[in-house]
Amino acid sequence: MSMNRKVAIINLTTGEIQKKPISTEIRKKYLGGRGLNAYLLYNYLKPGADPLGPDNVLVVGVGFLCATMASGNSRTDVMGKSPLTNLMGSTNMGGFFAAELALAGYHHLVFLGKAEKPVYLWVNNGEIEIRDASSVWGKSVTDTQWTIRKEMGDEDIKFCVCGPAGENLVRYANVMTGIKNSAGRTGMGAVMGSKNLKCVAARGTLDIKIAHPEQALDYNKRFIDLITSAKVNQTMGTLGTPFIWGATNSWGGVRTNNFQYNQLRYADEIEPESLDEISKETCGEYNMTACFNCQVHCRAKYKIPQSPLADKFGLTGKYDEGPEYTSQGAFNSEPGCTDAATLLCANHLVDQYGVDNLEIGSMIGWAMELYDNGILTDKDTDGVDLRFGNGEAVLEMIHRICQRKTFLGDTLAEGPIRAAQKIGRGSEKYLVHVKGMSNLHSDERATPGLALNIMVSSRGSDHLRSRPAIDLYHLPPDVLKRIYSSPVPFEGNLSSDHRSYEGKPWQVFWQENCFMGVDCLGICKYHTTFLGATLPNFEDWARVIHYNTGLEMTPTQIWDAAVRGNMIERLINIREGFKKDDPHKGDVLVDRYYDEPAKRGAPDVVGSTLDRKKMTAARAEFYKHKGLDENGIPTPETLKSLGLEKEPSHAL
Amino acid sequence: MEHMAKVLVVNQERCTGCRLCESVCAVKHDGVVNPMRARIKIEKWEHEGLYVPMICQHCQDAPCMNVCPVKAISRDEELARVQVDYDICIGCRSCVAVCPFGAMNFNTIDKKVIKCDLCDGEPQCVRFCDIKAVDYVDAAKVSIEKKRDAAHRLATAKKQGADLVAGA
Repeated sequence: MSMNRKVAIINLTTGEIQKKPISTEIRKKYLGGRGLNAYLLYNYLKPGADPLGPDNVLVVGVGFLCATMASGNSRTDVMGKSPLTNLMGSTNMGGFFAAELALAGYHHLVFLGKAEKPVYLWVNNGEIEIRDASSVWGKSVTDTQWTIRKEMGDEDIKFCVCGPAGENLVRYANVMTGIKNSAGRTGMGAVMGSKNLKCVAARGTLDIKIAHPEQALDYNKRFIDLITSAKVNQTMGTLGTPFIWGATNSWGGVRTNNFQYNQLRYADEIEPESLDEISKETCGEYNMTACFNCQVHCRAKYKIPQSPLADKFGLTGKYDEGPEYTSQGAFNSEPGCTDAATLLCANHLVDQYGVDNLEIGSMIGWAMELYDNGILTDKDTDGVDLRFGNGEAVLEMIHRICQRKTFLGDTLAEGPIRAAQKIGRGSEKYLVHVKGMSNLHSDERATPGLALNIMVSSRGSDHLRSRPAIDLYHLPPDVLKRIYSSPVPFEGNLSSDHRSYEGKPWQVFWQENCFMGVDCLGICKYHTTFLGATLPNFEDWARVIHYNTGLEMTPTQIWDAAVRGNMIERLINIREGFKKDDPHKGDVLVDRYYDEPAKRGAPDVVGSTLDRKKMTAARAEFYKHKGLDENGIPTPETLKSLGLEKEPSHAL
Repeated sequence: MEHMAKVLVVNQERCTGCRLCESVCAVKHDGVVNPMRARIKIEKWEHEGLYVPMICQHCQDAPCMNVCPVKAISRDEELARVQVDYDICIGCRSCVAVCPFGAMNFNTIDKKVIKCDLCDGEPQCVRFCDIKAVDYVDAAKVSIEKKRDAAHRLATAKKQGADLVAGA
């Protein structure tokens, strides 16, 4: 059963492998997945380690409920010190790897040191072996997987892999699995590359015993009905995440031309329905694909249609999956490109190289704005015409960045802050980042709650740590109260207005714990309170944990475990130099949010900026909810109440 | 009226490849998640997004039944299924060798052959497959529905052809 899955500590320098059980006490405190990863990282990472040196620690962990009868149980979390932010790095992917690792007997792999030459890890039914990876080093994300499957004669092996971008130490390289499932933020692929670790290949046929099979089946059915009856998931199940684009772009919530505008005009080609047509034409009427055990099936299949651009880059007819909403931002709105060809080609390139679409799109969009205002010239770009709207330049820059070719390619591969320091000339003020990680393409100027989310997110600017996305649905206060007062009560006011600052710090705090909850359990965020207000959370998880693993936990205990996990992430950041007002390492938004009014979109968006004073107050209130002092540091009482006062205790 | 048994129908093109059918199959039969124990398996060609659910067809003239040297395999007409009697089965795996669909499996943990038993009339794979890539329908209805789908496609194509001619 899930309770007997182990942790393996793999020293790549010495080749030593230790296998350890996970005690019930540790499970109750950290559950698994991201929470337990954070615990392991805090315990094994030497403070101040070079993120690309042998002292960094890479933790690959799958959720507590992966490969059980919990719905959407496919998630793997990868953690380490981030080569992008120099703070805690953490990233999460779906696909089929998590289940396979669990079936092979393990929930967490902790990598220490650095292999002398390229290796991969073979995990099979309890056995672990470090193997030579010379046949796959240098290969693309998918070729690596297909090659090892062929070598082993087993099509069911599942992988967690870094692509050429990771090998080339692009500071925002992905860890990936399958065609496009990406643990895509904070550069964990570069950490793999720095350790000469090409991939983990897992294959397992060990039983995962379900504690109460009949109840687990029935409860899963109930869950699935709840999830698939939500309109948001039905839409996502046919159009994929691009369905969000339709609403947010017309509203004016999409940063465009880096940050010059907040809406991409004349872009009918990339409307969700248009992309769906391409999928239908190239992959048939039923063209959606799913992660392990998930009924939302939010990923489209497509083949790149013929176009002059696709022909020029040799990409016509290539199969891929997606593109996601984030790719539309990264390759359409941020670089100002309105065509589907740029989107579908770029999406394929980043999947093959294994690089973060959000970060690379942001870097290219930023470089385009620098070119637009004369900070970068043709000399700096080595002949690439970096004007907004040039799709060919986007594709060319992806190649150059991932291969670290030319001055600009190599510079942009360094991520926002290092690139701005290298380019100088006032380029930094055009960045849109928090803690040195670029924001996705959403524009938070009209939504203080969502802005607070990216401001305080533990891994840098990001929507998947604590976004109260349902804030945009204008739910009545009593409905908001019902959602946000469980499992712990909230006495303050909650506002239905997304422009208000009232109650938002609590919503962000609640969402932070909700998202930590699913990340610990290995459940996808589309199966909880993220885009759908009616989806399951703490109350349901208590039952799902009990039916599947036998472990008794109350909703409040799960909440506490989530609070604890988030606090450990903050402790890692503090140990690595977090200061709340540090523009590179703090809970800080760039000036553009306060100084540049939004130019386009609906009446509630046009002209909006964030209020600096109110944002600072919101941050202070958020700190209070978390039990932090005015500097964002946990008080001794808070640490004690969470049982963290003795960490790192090296108990595991 | 004659009893009309239902049959499992695979609509391969609908399959999203999620493999929930494999999980629920193993949980229903053995109380564990383990695709190796599942009676259904999704065969995948990931590089082109092709997924095909493979499962026992409960053949009328079943090769597994014919080949079995101890007559452990028989047809249960009430549920229209082919079933294994484990009190008789000697585990020789002849049935595994002859099944043209690879749908007779050998479970290496329990050292016995396993196959779909339609969950005694409530197949869990169907219960959980929201998109109906596997379905459980009256045997006579399978071709009726297919006929109607095909007729619609033909009629549409014909109309499009006529429009093209008219347009020219």
